Amino acid sequence: MSIAAGLRSDNYINHETTVRSWLVTTDHKRIAILYLCSITAFFFIGGAAAALMRYNLLSPRGALVSPEMYNRLFTMHGIVMVWFFLVPAAPAVLGNFVLPLMLGARDLAFPRINLLSWYLFIAGGAIAMFAVTYGGLDTGWTFYTPLSTNFSKGFVEVAALGIILSGYASIATGLNFIVTIHRLRAPGLTWYRMPIFVWSMYATSVLNVLATPVLTMALILIAMERIFHIGVFDPALGGDPVLFQHLFWFYSHPAVYIMILPGFGIVSEIIPCFARRPLFGYKFVAWSSIAIAVIGFFVWAHHMFVAGVSVYSALVFSLLSYVIAVPSAIKVFNWLGTMHKGYIRYNTPMLYALGFVGLFTIGGLSGLFTAALGADVYLHDTYFVVAHFHFIMVGGMVTAFFAGLHFWWPKMTGRLYPESWGRVAALLLFGGFILTFLPQFVLGYLGMPRRYPIYDPGFQVLNVLSSAGATILAGGYLLPMGYLLWSLVYGQPAGDNPWDATGLEWRTQSPPRVQNFSVTPRVTETAYNYPPPEQQEPMA
Amino acid sequence: MNFDLPVASPGAAETDQLLGALLLISLAVLVLVFGLMALYGIRYRARSTAHRGAPGEKSWRFEIAWTTVTIVAFFALDVWGADVYMRQSQTPAHAMKIYIIGKQWMWKAEHEGGQREINALHVPTGRDVQLIMTSEDVIHDFSVPAFRVKRDVLPGRYETLWFHPNRAGTYPLYCDQFCGTGHSEMVGDIVVLKPVEFSAWLSANGEIGGTLADQGHTLFMRYGCSGCHETTEGGGGGTVRAPPLIGLYGSLVPLADRTVVTADDKYIRDSILMPASQIVASYPNLMPSYAGQISEENLVKVIAYIKSMAGETPR
Repeated sequence: MSIAAGLRSDNYINHETTVRSWLVTTDHKRIAILYLCSITAFFFIGGAAAALMRYNLLSPRGALVSPEMYNRLFTMHGIVMVWFFLVPAAPAVLGNFVLPLMLGARDLAFPRINLLSWYLFIAGGAIAMFAVTYGGLDTGWTFYTPLSTNFSKGFVEVAALGIILSGYASIATGLNFIVTIHRLRAPGLTWYRMPIFVWSMYATSVLNVLATPVLTMALILIAMERIFHIGVFDPALGGDPVLFQHLFWFYSHPAVYIMILPGFGIVSEIIPCFARRPLFGYKFVAWSSIAIAVIGFFVWAHHMFVAGVSVYSALVFSLLSYVIAVPSAIKVFNWLGTMHKGYIRYNTPMLYALGFVGLFTIGGLSGLFTAALGADVYLHDTYFVVAHFHFIMVGGMVTAFFAGLHFWWPKMTGRLYPESWGRVAALLLFGGFILTFLPQFVLGYLGMPRRYPIYDPGFQVLNVLSSAGATILAGGYLLPMGYLLWSLVYGQPAGDNPWDATGLEWRTQSPPRVQNFSVTPRVTETAYNYPPPEQQEPMA
Repeated sequence: MNFDLPVASPGAAETDQLLGALLLISLAVLVLVFGLMALYGIRYRARSTAHRGAPGEKSWRFEIAWTTVTIVAFFALDVWGADVYMRQSQTPAHAMKIYIIGKQWMWKAEHEGGQREINALHVPTGRDVQLIMTSEDVIHDFSVPAFRVKRDVLPGRYETLWFHPNRAGTYPLYCDQFCGTGHSEMVGDIVVLKPVEFSAWLSANGEIGGTLADQGHTLFMRYGCSGCHETTEGGGGGTVRAPPLIGLYGSLVPLADRTVVTADDKYIRDSILMPASQIVASYPNLMPSYAGQISEENLVKVIAYIKSMAGETPR
């Protein structure tokens, strides 16, 4: 377990080296790496689409592409980023790698299903990419009927097939995590001793397993409507186009929590570690995740306040949307409470985690605007909403993913990345993000609608600001790509526990051996049992 | 750059007050969260020698305090938002009615006097204006930032939206629901005129075909509706007995399945397009469907004609 021994010893990376050994592996750590490579590719594809859109919006008449092309770009951006990056990112990469280690297990409960999940994901991704590039798709990622059923000439059925397959990948991962958490905890690891990351993975998995089938059904109905004209959504055949929105958001609102809950878990690991304090209000944070997962199923119609739902259902869904904001607020206060009287170190993961807290708070507060019925009637479908959900999904979740990646990178690869570059990237990301999306709140208040390639010249200055921010943000995403890859070859050996963190994953070597632990660990204390300040050693 | 967004109706001012309150509360929370992060971040940095004392007691009082404060504040905001929404949803009685038809990618408006416009809507100050909107194809959304209102426009349904313009001027109209290639060009002008100018505009743009109801009457004869439905007191109608249309609009209609419905725009529209779906009690199911034979614009006219026979006692 000495620091230098880590890299030379037998581990999951060097145990076997053939390509085939990677493609047929059932090791959760290798599958996590496979997922990491695939979602990184999707992230840059989706990001390229966003970059082209932001470039196009420099001019009110469209600086680059035709409106038709612009519509295809935002459809591609949405589909790729939601289903092929955000939904799988934290569970399938970080969860896959860390969860069994945190539980003291040798692997997930169903290692082969885990590998199947990756193949389903890759097949779905390939099919969806074919649909959005070769065929072209101009429905938006939301597939609203009757535009998607009776009017779109794009490859809607093909894209639906790709998304359905990736949905099965999510279900497989979710099922695997639930069973693993129930059955494979190390001796002594009771529920209230589990790290919060495990709690949040549990909540995410429940959502994945219960909500994804509804999306599958909705997409199959769209395909049936297009091919056989069954008339579920077509008003001319007695159908109801709004029914699709109910089905779609019954998945896609819980999906928002599928995307953000893992972020809560990651940050709850990092802040106690770098503040050298136990997590404030552990049980409140843990149960907040469960509460969000449950209430998350009952807020879907807040996407439809102006879509022709009844006044009374709007009143109920607005109230429930405020209710679900409470557990999120509780978490923010508990993270702040954890910092109180701490010994705070500003390593890269901590900078990302604090950036997450700030950006998520802004995103959450803007959600109070859209949950207020009278305000949503004005803000709905404007850039305000675009800014709101990007603050949650990108400012929140992507920042949290980067926090987690930097936190566990030494464990995953056995190498340290250059700390100063990491800090620069974290600050670039925060600044670039704020500059990109803060102007969009103002644009939304001024009335600029979403999905407009051609817009009122009065909105140009704010759009140019936003596009300028996007270039900085792109730098913040590309930089880690560079130094993380560099660290694989040139990085300092990390040692088993570079952050001096608690948690079972830090009790094994870096990178971990194939069987994770040489001896099954025993857990005798609560999570985040960081030494009291009196015993603190001065930190570099 | 134009940062000032016109406030052209009392409803817009009301929405702005709500948005202002939300903004103030958000800023207060941001100051608190960022302030505490900065304060703790500096005071309790690893190298600082600030006194930490013993680890704080895990006080449930904190949790209960901030949970309670959050719940109370959120509930107040929710009630305020709902209050504004209720007023946005309830059209005042005797509002002036204008029909809006959305299609890829233009807005068509029809006034009760028969005036028609495309990608523009003229309305007077000082009156409640109700829009009765439908779509010929996909879902659109009629959005007027100057009034802070919007509503999705759905095929096969009549959605309504109302506002009370109180400031003359020309304001942008947008389609806010993505509707295909030309979505961003489905825009227009809302022209708010003083009442005198509006009357002048109405008379200058009157159609030769007469009011909407007159045009509907012409269509009513042309489509052969009068062959069965009597439209004059005690007279008209043919050999086939069909429900009378006088006084129909706004009344309660007993159906063959023992339910009772109110005869509103949606009911009349459905009865023309899907007559078999709502059979009036004690009448046979004889009427053919006009689906695919009558355009949305002509439907609006026929409905206006049937409405004109409602008499002086609408709902």
